[in-house]
Amino acid sequence: MSHQELLQTRFPAAGLVFSDFRDNHRVQVPKERLVEVLTCLKTEGGFDMLVDITAVDYLEYEDADDRFGVVYVLLNTSTGERTIVKTFVNDPDPTLPSMYPLWKSADWTEREVYDMFGIKFEGHPDLRRILMPDEFTTFPLRKDYPLKGRGERHNFPVITRSES
Amino acid sequence: MAVKDIPDNVFMTTLDAAANWSRANSLWPMPFATACCGIELMATASSRFDLSRFGAEVMRFSPRQCDLMIVAGRVVMKMLPVLQRIWLQMPEPKWCISMGACACTGGVFDTYAVVQGVDRFIPVDMYVPGCPPRPEQLIAGIIALQDKVIKTGTFNGREFAKRTVAMGPPPFDADELIRIREGNEQLPVLN
Ligand code: SF4
Repeated sequence: MSHQELLQTRFPAAGLVFSDFRDNHRVQVPKERLVEVLTCLKTEGGFDMLVDITAVDYLEYEDADDRFGVVYVLLNTSTGERTIVKTFVNDPDPTLPSMYPLWKSADWTEREVYDMFGIKFEGHPDLRRILMPDEFTTFPLRKDYPLKGRGERHNFPVITRSES
Repeated sequence: MAVKDIPDNVFMTTLDAAANWSRANSLWPMPFATACCGIELMATASSRFDLSRFGAEVMRFSPRQCDLMIVAGRVVMKMLPVLQRIWLQMPEPKWCISMGACACTGGVFDTYAVVQGVDRFIPVDMYVPGCPPRPEQLIAGIIALQDKVIKTGTFNGREFAKRTVAMGPPPFDADELIRIREGNEQLPVLN
């Protein structure tokens, strides 16, 4: 049974949207059902590896209803099957449940999504910035953050010859 | 002792010149290789281009033992405090080569995280352009630096004490912050 059939029988009225592109099998999940769907995929579908979590900012997309899409890439290591689960969150205070209890690999990937997009993961044991310095105050991959930054890259002391 | 008594293999010179001659020919580089330019720096040090012909082959990974910092590659916000700290840990006399477009100006990486030229924050003696510079270019830079050491160096490093302002392009574009602050008014506050 493919994971699509599995999800359809398990969650007949959950509003899941399936789509395929080449070898990509994708499923869109409403935020409220995310934990159930991912738990089912792990325990019954055999998706024992969470390859990646990433996010997309749909600000200023004409046909987008929600601001952020969060993407989970799952892999079944015994069959080689992959699936991509996508869910949407919105301003203000975009929050999702953490997948750390299901897959330990969610630890750093969720920290990265938090660092770059400011999406919070409830239940994450240690949600800190992972790439940017701790003093950084905003989330650089959001579309309303300017590409060249807001001058953070210039805020360092200058060392001259006579001081060093 | 009359001058005619000195044998042929003895030279008279000043202490400054002797010290600078030996410094110039025994530079110990600190390879601060953060990106692709670092590969070219490794090629320069290895047998085909052989930096040891110029007395600069002793790459030391401890800043306490170096006198030439080669910044090879882009430096990001998180790395700059490290770079400055390593620079401060190097003993005098010391020099700095900024290698490649990224270290000199930020190169194509005009983004929020990449420092637009290390010379804004630490003193730089020699710029080696290119993306990446070929090993010949880096060697040319090191020869030019040797020239500079011989011509301008003093025995006790007095030449450094005189340089009290940052060199190179203006270290900070004051207007940039103003433009940013003005632009910010229209942007939604994120956090
Ligand atoms: S100058 Fe070019 S080769 Fe050197 S670090 Fe930058 S991108 Fe890489």
